[in-house]
Amino acid sequence: MSINTASVPLPGWIEVLVIPVLNVLMALFFAGLIMLAIGVDPIEALGLMIRGALGDDYSLGYTLYYTTNFIFTGLAVAVAFHASLFNIGGEGQAYIGGLGVAVVFLLLDRYLPAILLVPIGIAAAGLFGAAWAFIPAWLQAYRGSHIVITTIMFNFIAASLMVYLLVNVLIQPGQMSPESRQFDPSGWMPSMKMALAPFGIDLVNTPLNLSLVVALICCVLVWLYIWRTRWGYELRTAGFSEPAARYAGIRPRGVIISAMCLSGALAGFVAVNEIMGVHHRLLLNFPAGYGFTGIAVALMGRNHPVGIVMASLLFGVLYQGGAELAFEIPTITREMVVAIQGLIILFCGALALMLRPWVVRVYLVIRPVGSLEREAA
Amino acid sequence: MDALSSWFAILDATLRVSTPLILAAMAGLFSERSGIIDISLEGKMLAAAFAAGAMAAVSGSAWFALGAGIVVSVMLALLHGFACITHRGNQVVSGLAINILASGLTVVLGIAWFRRGGQTPTLSGDARFRPLELPFADALSGTPIVGPFYADVVSGHNVLVYTAFAVVALTSWIVYKTRFGLRLRAVGENPLAVDTAGLSVSRLRYGAVAICGVFAGIAGTYLSTAQNASFVREMTAGQGYIALAAVIFGKWRPLPAMLACLMFGFLDAVAIRLQGVELPYIGEVPVQAIQALPYILTVVLLAGFIGKAIAPKAIGVPFVKER
Repeated sequence: MSINTASVPLPGWIEVLVIPVLNVLMALFFAGLIMLAIGVDPIEALGLMIRGALGDDYSLGYTLYYTTNFIFTGLAVAVAFHASLFNIGGEGQAYIGGLGVAVVFLLLDRYLPAILLVPIGIAAAGLFGAAWAFIPAWLQAYRGSHIVITTIMFNFIAASLMVYLLVNVLIQPGQMSPESRQFDPSGWMPSMKMALAPFGIDLVNTPLNLSLVVALICCVLVWLYIWRTRWGYELRTAGFSEPAARYAGIRPRGVIISAMCLSGALAGFVAVNEIMGVHHRLLLNFPAGYGFTGIAVALMGRNHPVGIVMASLLFGVLYQGGAELAFEIPTITREMVVAIQGLIILFCGALALMLRPWVVRVYLVIRPVGSLEREAA
Repeated sequence: MDALSSWFAILDATLRVSTPLILAAMAGLFSERSGIIDISLEGKMLAAAFAAGAMAAVSGSAWFALGAGIVVSVMLALLHGFACITHRGNQVVSGLAINILASGLTVVLGIAWFRRGGQTPTLSGDARFRPLELPFADALSGTPIVGPFYADVVSGHNVLVYTAFAVVALTSWIVYKTRFGLRLRAVGENPLAVDTAGLSVSRLRYGAVAICGVFAGIAGTYLSTAQNASFVREMTAGQGYIALAAVIFGKWRPLPAMLACLMFGFLDAVAIRLQGVELPYIGEVPVQAIQALPYILTVVLLAGFIGKAIAPKAIGVPFVKER
């Protein structure tokens, strides 16, 4: 006899922990199959990856540097998801966020002290990112254009715009490669090594910088915003049911715009880490797919800041470990990580419910006697 | 080179760059008309381009390459169907997963198999689709305008270019004149009605995504075995998304979608020639502006500023039978 498994309630810990972990394991299982297909021992590869990502201070620094980007883009996608909007435009918003940072630094870095420059730079990254998300949001709210399509288009438009600006406007005179001049070191985001040195903690030099702290603050603020403020309540209500929100006096249009602007600002913060913290100049394609990875991070982290930090860490390990792996095993390249990312989006996102019927069947066999009846009563 | 022959050169280039767009747009049209959003055209094309490039290099036959391209693309299309139809997953998420998977896997497998930094070996001879000289090209060459037009623009393409236009006619016929087409349009607008009429929504949608896979496979094969002589990493470079934009621009109808592809292809063809050229009244147009134009136009159209693009009503919504 077949049962309708979708209507069987599962305890919370199974829904938020067991099923997501099973989904990730499925993705990693298929990643293992790919490795076998190209003649690499997946167990050995896993060991190399973990050692390459967490083995020493140096690799850990890189892992956390990548993690920072993923927290920003993961939060960006999650905030939009809570309003049931799908922001695929994180890539473009991060790119334009970089433009914001560059404008501030190229104009002001020789005149302002760091204490002003750093906050203004962060604000500019967020503002520019938000502005790039505002247009698709407005078009969705007031003209009914599908936000998925418009944000995809805006990624491409941002890429073209940035190529134009870097090649024709922002390029350092006399330079061949399309990059802006280096910013004045006074306004750089302090590296973690520099920031922790006064406390007697000696780190090796890695790209890790104080943006990680900014990212963690963003996690707390997003959590407060979504679950502890009226605006967050409105956002979740509108995301859950637009008619219900309207009935409750919430303006869905306002929610669309505020959620997308917040999302765009968070994506724009990638530029804080990359441009203010690491490269110290504007350069082509610096978002390097972080915006898309944010979607995988949000799906894995189930749109909750705690989950997002954990998923970001996992992706940080994948990125840094993948780089080390590519270094150790010549047949493997960094693109392996991209493939794993695709598998994670597939199994944790599109096929998220595939395993649920099986989990329900197992649960019904091993559940404590009478638990369903207790719940019913 | 007089003005006429340089125009012919542009039109000739337009046909060549439009072909993969047209094939992919027809692919997307089937999927979207059945109610399944397909942002994975890009990934299917890329995977097919790789499979075709690899198969052509190994077997030396362009036709085997076409077969491999189609098989791989259909497999990805069915995966999309499995996620979206069987498991009612989010269609955008599934499409994105396929794109990212294809982007990573083609390079990983390419390096593992061929060790050329992600590229497949360069193809020559029968491993590529080569230009066909259409009959009468010589006979007509004496006629002014028509003769050179026929010889330079119409003739001299490979078989996949002509296939693309045949596919448009076929798509038009299937969508508007056949029973399957009627059901396809119905299932994208009101799946419940189709279900009530005793038809399987799932089967129709699986059929649509499979056809989508076939055409996207041809598009990908064209990239690596006809337009270019090998697979190069990320060689689709957004063409799958441009094709999707063309479907929207054509308001989900075959002929207008084809015209949109030709327009986008034309923009691409002139963009290279306009580099550094001063246009009267406008001045120099940045190449990047022309490259971004398809995306900008699509956004403007979607916003309803030039006509209104109305999507199939049930698009993106998984069908739940028991309600």
